[in-house]
Amino acid sequence: MAEVRRFEHGSRVPGWDASVDLRKDPAGVPDPATTPVPAELRAEIEAQMAKYPDFRSAALPALAAVQRHHGWCSPEGIEQAACVMRLTPGYLTAVATFYDMFDTVPTGRNRVYVCTNISCSLRGADELCHRIEQLTADDADIQVKHFECLGACDIAPMVSVNGIYVGPVELDEVDELIDDVRNDRDPLPRKQLRLRPSADTLPMGDGQ
Amino acid sequence: MNKLLFKDIDEPGLNTIDVYRRRGGYEQLRRALSMPREAVLNELLASGLRGRGGAGFAMGKKISFLPKGALDIYLCCNADESEPGTFKDRELMQKNPHMLIEGIIIAAYAAGANKSFIYIRGEYVLQADILDAAVLEAERAGFLGENILGSDHRLSLVVHRGAGAYICGEETALLDSLEGKRGNPRLKPPFPANQGLYQGPTLINNVETLATVPAIMGMGGDAYAKLGTETSTGTKLVSVSGHVKRPGNYEIELGVSSREIIYGLAGGPPEGRSVKLWFPGGSSSPVLTGDDLDLAYDFDTMAKAGSMLGSGAIIVVDDQTSVVDVAYKTAYFYRHESCGKCTPCREGTNWTVKMLERMKAGEATPMDLDIIASVCDNIIGHCLCVLGDAMAMPVGSMVAKFRDEFEEYIEARRQESYLGTADPEPELALIQGAVA
Repeated sequence: MAEVRRFEHGSRVPGWDASVDLRKDPAGVPDPATTPVPAELRAEIEAQMAKYPDFRSAALPALAAVQRHHGWCSPEGIEQAACVMRLTPGYLTAVATFYDMFDTVPTGRNRVYVCTNISCSLRGADELCHRIEQLTADDADIQVKHFECLGACDIAPMVSVNGIYVGPVELDEVDELIDDVRNDRDPLPRKQLRLRPSADTLPMGDGQ
Repeated sequence: MNKLLFKDIDEPGLNTIDVYRRRGGYEQLRRALSMPREAVLNELLASGLRGRGGAGFAMGKKISFLPKGALDIYLCCNADESEPGTFKDRELMQKNPHMLIEGIIIAAYAAGANKSFIYIRGEYVLQADILDAAVLEAERAGFLGENILGSDHRLSLVVHRGAGAYICGEETALLDSLEGKRGNPRLKPPFPANQGLYQGPTLINNVETLATVPAIMGMGGDAYAKLGTETSTGTKLVSVSGHVKRPGNYEIELGVSSREIIYGLAGGPPEGRSVKLWFPGGSSSPVLTGDDLDLAYDFDTMAKAGSMLGSGAIIVVDDQTSVVDVAYKTAYFYRHESCGKCTPCREGTNWTVKMLERMKAGEATPMDLDIIASVCDNIIGHCLCVLGDAMAMPVGSMVAKFRDEFEEYIEARRQESYLGTADPEPELALIQGAVA
C-alpha cells in the first residue's frame, strides 16, 4: 500500500510559506542603485531584450542566463534579472517555477536528466534511472531528474548530461557515465546522439 | 521513393550554408521572391500540405486566414517537439537547418510576415546552437534582413529557447511563453491567425511543415499533391520507437501500410514477440492493436480507425508488456505536464494516475475502470486546449480495448496484496457505499 506521509505538526509542512514572507508587501521593481548586477549578466540580458519586439519576451532567456551565472535561479539572481528588465521579482519567479529546466532551489552543478517516458521505459529506463540515482545519491554535485520525454526515443533508454544526449545507455555503462560526469569529461562519447547516422539511410538489418 | 526531407541527410557539412547552397539550397527562395505573393500561396494551396505537428490542418489555408492590412504579421515555427515518441524535427534541425530557414522565409513571404521566431524546446541544446549558427550564416548571406535578394521582402528570425514544458507545444501556450509568461493556453477564439503573438495576426507551423516548403516550390504544388493519397498528400517523417529492432526516423509516402513501416522499415518487435498495441501518432493518439497493422498510414485512414496520425510518431508495444504499465506511464506524463488552468484536465489526469496506482498496489476494483472511462469522457472537449484530451484518448482506448487484461491484472494484484490474504468477504461492499 502506498504510504501516506503524516506529520506531527499537522497539515502545515515545514517550509510551506518559505517562498514568500506574507507579512511584507510584495517586492516592487528593484532599485538599480541598490541592486548590484554582474556586468556580464546585465550585458547578456540586455542583448536578449533587444532581440524581441517586446522586452518581456526575454524573460526565459534572462532566467537561463541567471541560472548559468548563479548555478540556479536564486532569489538574488532573479532580483538582478528583474532589475535589468524593470519587472518585479515576483513576475520572474512565477515564470521560473513553471518550467522544468529552471531550478528554484540550490542544486548540483551537473544536470543529469534521465528520460522515463513510454518509449524509454519500454526499453528499461526505470531501472537505468534507479541505478543512476543509487550511484549519485550522496553526490551533491550531480542533480539527477527523471525527466519526461526528451525527444530522443531512437536512442532509448537515454540520458541528457548537461544538454548532451547520450544513448542507448546499458546498465553496465552507468558507472562509466557517472565517472565521466564527475570528472568533467565528455560523457560516453561513443554513444552520443550527435554522431548517430539517420536510421533512414542505414542499410537494412544494420539496426541497433 | 524520392526523399524530399531526408535526401542525403547524412552528408557531411549539410548543416552549413556552403554545402546546402552547393546542393541547390536557397534557389527556391530566389524563385519564390521573383513571383507575386499570391502565386507562392497558390502553390502551397495546390500542394495540399497538411500540418505535420499534430492537428493536420492545411497549411495554405492557414496562411489565407491571415487578415490583410497594415498590421505586423508574425510567423512562429513550433519546434517545441515534446510529444512522447516524436523526434523527427530534432533530426531535421540538427542535420539540415537551412532547409527549415529557407522554408520559413518563403512561407513568411507568402503570408506577408516580417518577423519570425523559432520556438525550440530548451532540452535541444545542440539543435538550438546549430540553428543559431545557421541563422547567422543566412543573415550574412543576405537571406534574412532588409530587401532580401533585392526584393521588397524583409524578415527577421529569432531562435527562442524554451525551458522544459510540454504544454508550450500547444500553439497559444507557445505564444504566451514567447511573450515571456507562464505557458498557459488561451481561450479560442480569437485564433492566432487573428490575434496571436502580441495580439497581432500570427502564423504558427511545425518544423516539418515549413521544411517541406522549399521542396514544394521546387517540384510545384501540383506535382507534390500527386504524392501520397488524395487527402494526405506528400511525404512524412515517421518516428518509430519502442519495441522495434531499428528505432529511428523514416521518410515515407503517406498511405503506405503501417505494417510496412513497423516491420519493413523499423524491423518489427524482437524475435518471438508480436505487436500488442501501438500508438500511431504520439502518446496522445488512441492506441491501435496488432489487428490494425494493415491500415494505410495517412490522416483519414487513421481517423476512420478511431485514432489519429498526430505528429507521426509510432510507439510499438510488444506482447510481453502489461497494458497497465503503458497506461500508467501515459497518464503520469500528462499529469506532470498539465498546466493546471482547467479543472477537468488538472483533476482528471491526477485522479486517473491515482486509480492506476491503486491497481498497481492491488487496491483497485473493476469499478475503477468504469470511473476511469467516465473521467476520460468528461475531460474530452471540456478544456481550453487538448492536453487533457491527449491523456483521455489513449488511456480511455486502452481501457476499452484491453478491459479483460485490466481486470485480470487488478485481480492478480489484489490476490498478491494484503487484501488477498484477508477475510474472503471483507467489508468492501460497505466501503463502496452499498446498502447492507
